[in-house]
Amino acid sequence: MRILVIEDDRDAADYLVKAFREVGHVADAATDGEDGLALALDGQYDVLIVDRMLPKRDGLSVIGTLREKGIETPALILSALGQVDDRVKGLRAGGDDYLPKPYSFTELLARVEVLARRRGARTEETVLRVGDLELDRLSHQVRRGGEEISLQPREFRLLEYLMQHGGQVVTRTMLLENVWDYHFDPQTNVIDVHISRLRSKIDKGFSQPLLHTVRGAGYMIRDGAR
Amino acid sequence: MTALGKLFRTTTFKLTLVYLTVFALFAAFLLGYFALNTRRLITEQITETVNAEITGLSEQYRIGGIRRLVIVVDARARRPGSSLYLVTTFNGDALAGNVTALAPGILDNPGWTETAYRRLDEAEGPARPAREAHPVHLALVRVFQLPGGFRLLVGRDLEERERLYRIVLSAGRWSVAIVIVLGLAGGLFVSRRVLRRVDAMTETTKTIMDGDLSGRLPVAGTGDELDRLAQNLNAMLERIEALMQGLKEVSDNIAHDLKTPLTRLRNRAEQALRSAGNDAEYRAALDATIEESEGLIRTFNALLMIARAESGQARDDMNEFDAAEIAHDVGELYEPLAEEKGITLKVEADVPARLKGNRELISQALANLVDNAIKYVAPQAGPANGVAPEIVVQALNSGDRILLTVADTGPGIPEADRGHVVERFVRLEQSRSQPGSGLGLSLASAVARLHGGELTLEDNHPGLKSVIALPRGGPLQSAG
Repeated sequence: MRILVIEDDRDAADYLVKAFREVGHVADAATDGEDGLALALDGQYDVLIVDRMLPKRDGLSVIGTLREKGIETPALILSALGQVDDRVKGLRAGGDDYLPKPYSFTELLARVEVLARRRGARTEETVLRVGDLELDRLSHQVRRGGEEISLQPREFRLLEYLMQHGGQVVTRTMLLENVWDYHFDPQTNVIDVHISRLRSKIDKGFSQPLLHTVRGAGYMIRDGAR
Repeated sequence: MTALGKLFRTTTFKLTLVYLTVFALFAAFLLGYFALNTRRLITEQITETVNAEITGLSEQYRIGGIRRLVIVVDARARRPGSSLYLVTTFNGDALAGNVTALAPGILDNPGWTETAYRRLDEAEGPARPAREAHPVHLALVRVFQLPGGFRLLVGRDLEERERLYRIVLSAGRWSVAIVIVLGLAGGLFVSRRVLRRVDAMTETTKTIMDGDLSGRLPVAGTGDELDRLAQNLNAMLERIEALMQGLKEVSDNIAHDLKTPLTRLRNRAEQALRSAGNDAEYRAALDATIEESEGLIRTFNALLMIARAESGQARDDMNEFDAAEIAHDVGELYEPLAEEKGITLKVEADVPARLKGNRELISQALANLVDNAIKYVAPQAGPANGVAPEIVVQALNSGDRILLTVADTGPGIPEADRGHVVERFVRLEQSRSQPGSGLGLSLASAVARLHGGELTLEDNHPGLKSVIALPRGGPLQSAG
């Protein structure tokens, strides 16, 4: 995957480029808005990571200009401003995700991978499958190995989100934002308990677990047999 | 600037001048109008009298000829305060009457004229030599041509009219002068009074600006606009002083609560550099460092949230929503965690409780309360205090307020401590070992205040009941 990092702090930019390369992606960096825009206009990237405040051209303006020119490369906005209204502004300007600083690289990576695969992803499918687990988004039925599993509405949403991003790491914050629509830190890791409940419903009694904990990052649902 | 110069530049004085000009002009106009009208009225009266007399005398002449007219005129002319009469032949020789020294040629023009004249008795009377100096009076006369060539002149003295006119004019001048003098004096008096109070206020403001935030503006107790201004400014100062105090406490607390983990962070890194021998040890040290910095970020975010709620910035994001829904959502988020710890978490919010506010912040405030409750009930979970561990989340309609309550069966908070647990970072001694930044209640309280409501802590017999009371309509603009 090709990633463009537009970030004026050279240290942070270098760190990100290096870290992305280490996990097997190709990454370039630009340190001001104009350079960033020029590079992004080539359209060779799968994901853009754009700092909100940049010299020469503001991050939101970079994204806005790209969108005006019909370039729909997914963009993640990084910002020191972490409030809800700042996020809303960022998303309205054409950003696809918003991550407040300071962030952890695992969180950023998880979000970037989700963004990159979102195009042509499984959002339109009505039946999601991971291994022998099957989730029907229309009838709200979940089966594993043909056997029906009954889930609470929120558990269903949780599983649906995980399965939409099957094979990808999903962080706790991503779950909190997308399944609960909360943008704050609930102090205690309440998400872990929800996951373990869900796990007991879908994995218990099966030899092959599907819902995995990725240490230090989050969770992933995948077919272990693969 | 001289004291007087300052006085003249006050708003009150300028206003006084404007009013003064308006009133003086009005008075002048009124009296002028009065004077002119009076004059016109008197002239009309004279005209009527003279016309009536001429009609009467013509009648006498028609009945008894010139002789009778002469007799009647003579009789009338002798009455005190009589009109002016003169009967002449067509060459102008006087036959009867009481006037002389008329302007030449008057008798040749029938009709109305104003003319100088002298009364006959004055002209001849040596007893009144003083009047000789001003022998001439002014009269309004009418000359009437009688059939047969005789001429009749009847008129009235205009002295009365002129005197009245002069009186009114001088009254006008005086009253305008009095209006100006009194107005100026009043204006100066009021301005001085206002100026003295404003000066006192300015003086106090200066000391406050010099750094003495405890100063307050003087309030005269009259309840006028200056008092209201002073009271509002005092309320503002009160708030500023509280904020400054808060800021100082926060910076002290930040110094303590952020520096402590920062020091730990640093120590750990240093120690790893100094003594770690293998990869595993480095890894462990780095893991611990990341964990520590995450805690720091968390504290920092909570502080920013509180600062944002307290500064009122979030007031722009207010919408109407159902607090009962929030209670259910937050309850649902924490229910598995509570269950895992052996606590029953119940949500009682069956009736919609609509209110205007910042949904995200209120959710977070409620989440913090539930999180706290779980933390403090958990160690007691089990039969230790004889009560089944339970947390009840409620959303209630109470008059014009919405109450969001979280009641637990934990150890509660001694009444004396309830006030200061809400303050930032304060945690009771026995709970210092518990994880958490200690900011949950502070944030809940800041959110409540942002919405014009409040957070109160009550006894739940046993346990603690935290209540966020919020006005239904959102914060009033005037609310502190």
